[in-house]
Amino acid sequence: MALVETSEAAGPASAQSGYWSGVARRLVRDPVTMICLGIIVALILSAVFAPWLGLADPYKGSMIARLKPLGTEGHLLGTDEQGRDMLARLIYGGRLTLFIGLMPVVLAFFVGSVLGIVAGYAGGITNTVIMRTVDVFFAFPSVLLAIAISGALGAGIVNSLVSLTIVFIPPITRVAEAVTSGVRALDYIDAARASGANALTVIRVHVIGNVLSPIFVYATSLTSVCMILAAGLSFLGIGVRPPEPEWGLMLNTLRSAIYVNPWLSALPGLMIFVTSLCLNLLSDGVRSAMNVRD
Amino acid sequence: MSATETTTLPDSPEDKGGPGQALLIVKDLRKYFPVRGGIFGRAQAMVQAVDGVSFSVEKGEALGIVGESGCGKSTTARLLIGLTEKDEGEIIFDGQGLGDALSLRDLRRGVQMVFQDSYASLNPRLTIEESIAFGARVQGLDDPVGRAHSLMSRVGLDPARFASRYPHEVSGGQRQRINIARALAMSPRLVILDEAVSALDKSVEAQVLNLLADLREEFGLTYIFISHDLNVVRYISDRILVMYLGEVVEVGPVDAIWSRQAHPYTRSLFSAMPSMDPDNRTKTPPLSGDPPNPIDPPKGCRFHTRCRFADSVCKTKAPRLMELPQTPGHLAACHLHDPASGHPKAGQEGLA
Amino acid sequence: MTDKLVDIRNLTVRFKGGRTVHAINDLSLSLDQGETLSLLGESGSGKSVTLKTLLGLLPPKRSEIEGDILVNGTDIRTLSGKALQRYRGGEVSMVFQDPGLALDPVYTVGNQIAEAVMRHKGLRKEEAMDIAFDMLQRVRIPSPERRLKNYPHELSGGMRQRVMIALALACRPRLLLADEPTTALDATVQIQILLLLRDLQREFGMGVIFVTHDIGVAVEVSERIAVMYAGRIVEEGTTHEIINDPRHPYTRGLLAANLHDVAKGERLNAIPGAPPALEAPPTGCSFAPRCPMAGPECTAGVPDFVHLGPRRRVACLRVEPVPAE
Repeated sequence: MALVETSEAAGPASAQSGYWSGVARRLVRDPVTMICLGIIVALILSAVFAPWLGLADPYKGSMIARLKPLGTEGHLLGTDEQGRDMLARLIYGGRLTLFIGLMPVVLAFFVGSVLGIVAGYAGGITNTVIMRTVDVFFAFPSVLLAIAISGALGAGIVNSLVSLTIVFIPPITRVAEAVTSGVRALDYIDAARASGANALTVIRVHVIGNVLSPIFVYATSLTSVCMILAAGLSFLGIGVRPPEPEWGLMLNTLRSAIYVNPWLSALPGLMIFVTSLCLNLLSDGVRSAMNVRD
Repeated sequence: MSATETTTLPDSPEDKGGPGQALLIVKDLRKYFPVRGGIFGRAQAMVQAVDGVSFSVEKGEALGIVGESGCGKSTTARLLIGLTEKDEGEIIFDGQGLGDALSLRDLRRGVQMVFQDSYASLNPRLTIEESIAFGARVQGLDDPVGRAHSLMSRVGLDPARFASRYPHEVSGGQRQRINIARALAMSPRLVILDEAVSALDKSVEAQVLNLLADLREEFGLTYIFISHDLNVVRYISDRILVMYLGEVVEVGPVDAIWSRQAHPYTRSLFSAMPSMDPDNRTKTPPLSGDPPNPIDPPKGCRFHTRCRFADSVCKTKAPRLMELPQTPGHLAACHLHDPASGHPKAGQEGLA
Repeated sequence: MTDKLVDIRNLTVRFKGGRTVHAINDLSLSLDQGETLSLLGESGSGKSVTLKTLLGLLPPKRSEIEGDILVNGTDIRTLSGKALQRYRGGEVSMVFQDPGLALDPVYTVGNQIAEAVMRHKGLRKEEAMDIAFDMLQRVRIPSPERRLKNYPHELSGGMRQRVMIALALACRPRLLLADEPTTALDATVQIQILLLLRDLQREFGMGVIFVTHDIGVAVEVSERIAVMYAGRIVEEGTTHEIINDPRHPYTRGLLAANLHDVAKGERLNAIPGAPPALEAPPTGCSFAPRCPMAGPECTAGVPDFVHLGPRRRVACLRVEPVPAE
């Protein structure tokens, strides 16, 4: 209260720098977020540029060099149960895992935002239809839903993408609807409507800019869950099919080696853990950096 | 754009009915809001927000609307500009009925609104220039940015300094000036000011009132000025309309009402103003309790539950808005002023 | 020791954060027992911050407080823990602008008042409930026995503010702080609450500091008015003196802006400009940039108070001091 009152008086002071530069400044000052961002960027870069890193062939196995421990010459991180180089498989595995882990959230972000913004802006019967449909999906736990849809569609990369996207549309729609109805109630929307603008123009100019960043922040918090779900589907054998390198799948196939070489079989799990942790911390950092009174 | 060159804003919708035609006529306007509840979200009750409101606004006039929360003054404003859809009634703008000869989009060329909350009524992500130019752009008026700049200078904000700033970078008074410029950018003939100065500090409020008075004179604007502050309404308006629980209880020229309030509610509203004389402070409150809930307003005269003069006829028969015999143009809806009403004190003067 | 109920000396409050806000600058203020004082000012003048400081409600990490704040002879800045809790609600209590936010929605009105009484007076539940009933009667709530069992959302705005007052007064504080308690209310309800507060003040004999931006409200409730601007008191006197003989140009501007007796169509004598940003401590008269009478000497240094009589002071260089008798 007190601070609001005083800052009002300070209002006419010199123009402040833009909102996004403020967000960037706060992000840079946050060491945990920066480290997490660094790790994620490194993972993505290494996955994208994997063929040019001079790694061993991730598909080529060797019957004699199976389950070599960490630090073996020529195989820095050892080899898996078919004698394939673990380092190469982990880095190539990042391609699929990150893709299936992040893409559904991106797709769900677009679909969910559109549904939520339409529901929130239109209100009434449109809102009821969209939101009650969304509620049906909420009746199932997300893990169960993902398994059920994937199971019905069958294994495969595209099917995993579809099932995970379906899982993440409802929560994003719900958040988008809540944020949009909040903005919808503000006077500037009324002022824009009163100026004769049609709904599409009002949404384009006045709604989207104000709702997208909270929806985005929420969506980033889902990426870690999505990563784990994607890996989980592959682990269960209803996601990516062998011999594609994928962390969840690798965790499954190396499961039997856990008594022979526990460190080796823990590696894919460690990758999943580190990535999802970093995504989580990163989204927390972004959220607090964006969460200012503007 | 100087005061001597133009008497209306550029590209203002042209006058159709001539000076004798009222700019706005409202007939029997009605809006009920359903109160939803229960598991199926069905309407449980109706809020009678606006119930049979009729009035007119002459060209160049400023009409003040006063009343307490829940009296329907803000809903009336929203109905007039089509932000809320009316249930019943007619809105006639310069001789053209809304829905017949006049589309909602055309109505919004002629009528604009300034809201109370100067911050909430500006998009935080748009610069001041973009906010002001938006409406003109939507309506396809030429040179929206040039318009925005000239209006900014007109309301006292230097475009060179303010055009690219964001709403949170300016003060409350400046934001309300931006809102006024934004409304004027559409070149309206009628501006509805819904508590437009209520959130401002007193010293800033006076500046904005001066600005509103100047703009009205310069551009020949018509105002509907909604406020709870009687002093402000008196300063800006030619006529006052008093609302209570969705109905008009009194309307008349500002001086007539100031010197003699015909409706007991209006009189209470005036005596509820804090006295400015420390030697003569208010002794007893004019009314007790809060205004009743508009969900289930009292039968008969809606004010009878709080009225000192209430009689049995007030509980059963709703009074009609009638012109007072002594003062033309001064109307009140009270049985006391209707000799035929059957109220025992009807027609007696000096009901202090 | 002092016989004043409140004695604030040289209070300075700064808020730290992205930028420093000098909310209160060298404020001194006193209140006698059983007196009602209005702090009159606009947003950013520091009136609410003064109240919060008196109750020790400012966030300790972000605010720097200097000066002495004596309430009933105790420096409240030395209080902490139990003593601070006894002081808040026992000795001093507060009525807020929005009773809807200040009342707990999950407890009945009766339970909330009784709980405060039990905590401060150590009474049993039945006795506390009797006091709650008595308080509701004193704030003139119709059918109080029924209202005791109501939840805050079941009451109208005016009724809630009455409950808030009952809650604040239940422990018989010696000082009541009121932060714009009628601003959110309708005109016909506002006047009821103002008159109620005036009556209760007389009945309970407590001191009241009433923060408001509305001169009319200050006139209705208080004997004395202190006008604040940019974190300082610029003028203080009896209500009579402030209304009939304002000396500071800011006070005069405020009175003119009240439109009380302005003829229609007449040009308003508006104060130009806006209140200053509080990012730096004042080096001169804060009002000088908006003042029609300002000269270079006004910005050269912060003007001292000119005392025109006992407890009548104005911080303006243009005011002639009264020769000592």
